[in-house]
Amino acid sequence: MPKLSTAYHKLLEQWHTLTGCKYFWPVFMVAGLLFCAAASTFEFLDLYLQLILIYVGINIILTVSLNLINGYMGEFSVGHAGFMAVGAYVASLLTVHVFPEAAANILFPLAILAGGVGAAFIGFLVAIPSFKTRGDYLAIVTLAFCMIVKSVLENIDAVGGPRGLLGMEKLTTLPWVFFWTALSVWVIRNLVYSNFGRGVLSIREDEIASDLMSVDTRQVKIIAFVVSSFFAGIAGGLFAHALQFINPRMFDIIKSTDILIMVYLGGIASISGSIIGAVIYTILLEILRPLGIWRMVLMPLMLVLLMIYRPRGIMGLKEARLFMPLSDFLTEKLWRQKKKEANDAST
Amino acid sequence: MPLLEISGLTHRFAGLCAVSDFNFIIDPHELVGIIGPNGAGKTTVFNLITGVYKATAGSIKLAGRDLVGQTPHTITRSGIARTFQNIRLFRELSVLDNVRIAHYGRMAYTPVEALLHIGRFRAEEKRITDLTLDLLSMFKLDDMANEKAKNLPYGLQRRLEIARALATGPKLLLLDEPAAGMNPNEIIQLMEFIGWIRQTFSVTIILIEHQMRLVMGICERLVVLDFGATIAAGLCAEIQNNPKVMEAYLGVEVAQ
Repeated sequence: MPKLSTAYHKLLEQWHTLTGCKYFWPVFMVAGLLFCAAASTFEFLDLYLQLILIYVGINIILTVSLNLINGYMGEFSVGHAGFMAVGAYVASLLTVHVFPEAAANILFPLAILAGGVGAAFIGFLVAIPSFKTRGDYLAIVTLAFCMIVKSVLENIDAVGGPRGLLGMEKLTTLPWVFFWTALSVWVIRNLVYSNFGRGVLSIREDEIASDLMSVDTRQVKIIAFVVSSFFAGIAGGLFAHALQFINPRMFDIIKSTDILIMVYLGGIASISGSIIGAVIYTILLEILRPLGIWRMVLMPLMLVLLMIYRPRGIMGLKEARLFMPLSDFLTEKLWRQKKKEANDAST
Repeated sequence: MPLLEISGLTHRFAGLCAVSDFNFIIDPHELVGIIGPNGAGKTTVFNLITGVYKATAGSIKLAGRDLVGQTPHTITRSGIARTFQNIRLFRELSVLDNVRIAHYGRMAYTPVEALLHIGRFRAEEKRITDLTLDLLSMFKLDDMANEKAKNLPYGLQRRLEIARALATGPKLLLLDEPAAGMNPNEIIQLMEFIGWIRQTFSVTIILIEHQMRLVMGICERLVVLDFGATIAAGLCAEIQNNPKVMEAYLGVEVAQ
């Protein structure tokens, strides 16, 4: 046994040296993008596998962005599907009705971006009630918001009403999903490791103390909601163009629940946890597909067991070193060095 | 000009008058104690000064600027910091992050720079981290900078809370029962510690305390509250022999 543990530690150390390298992320990004581009052009992954990977990416975006509100800020939002719906509809309307068909391919990222901006604007509006409401009551507000979005969409005939919206081309490709996923993970990671992110965390820990430590809690809540809903909108746009069909019923509370499950499965306040949660949940659902209806028995059962044995999720409140900024380690190392030198000088 | 000037401050909680007609003046570099029995309204005064509660009537002026109606974070930014009676650290965050948050009001970067880690972000983060580590080493907390605040022993948690308050760059420091739960030995250390803070950071301090030993040892002046009313104010020696104060603390018969 001890042999196994030393081998593990040795491996872990090597892993840390590898990921601690300055070039790890750039290399990873280029390799990932190349792999995705190759997979979608040469189709060495069949279309089914590609579609699963696309859903994995979309779910990672959704999970990481919801984790900002539910994990890092400690609020309970169940309205994430609502933001997703806004993004999906804005992006789809642009590609179907506004953009010329010939240029749809080139203008696709613009449509996705517009979906994100639309959702971010709605997120800004939802942030306002969060100034004074928190916990269970904010959950009710976001639930109501999700219902409002659904019924508004159902009652606008121009976007297809309850029948939904058709006619999107299949513009969501693996490279694009990889790009947007990486972007959302990177941006949210950056936010968390800044003083604004620390403000978000301090609201979870103690909102009054946070306010008294000069944190503008309203500003922090607006930033958190806007960033979170922006990426939910991005995910919505990608989702619409992967499925090529959307209707309001897709974005109801059930969809929000799915995202919540991925967040709590992976673990709150953890980027790596969100990624793990989204990957495991999406892939397990696919693997268990042959079980038919029993899948919906097995899956919840696994969640119950997880919550009993790991109540904070797989990575709850922990972070893989991979996602922490190098500069944090560097500052500390320099500090220790400086202190040691000062000690040596005095003795 | 006095640093803080409070006049006619009154606060009611639905009928209960927690603080009534409180008047108070403190000059720069003074150390004044507020004492009184349990429920006398001492912490309420702190909550009114820092904007957690909104005063029903009266005015609070910091160096001539009115603070009533402002939000707690703007009041903190204008130079008032406080600690809490029951420690309120950010328990799940590291010691370093606990203190770095206190720089929120004076960051040089915008949210966009923070989201993309561009522009002034890196330099500013480094500046804040270095300042924080310096402060932590003054408080002998730098060796546990990466420890979660909840894992610190009680005495260090108190110290960290004071460090966090000082990181906001205050002119006026409000300490709410810093000696709660300490033994006589630790109280003597705390007295020296408070004196050291006052010197090093050249702050003005208002202290709420139950421990007479601490208050009498370091405060220049005292204000005594009972049921929200100021029953005495003056130098320590005067307060000690004030019959009203003895009555509030010990009851009527004993005082007579």
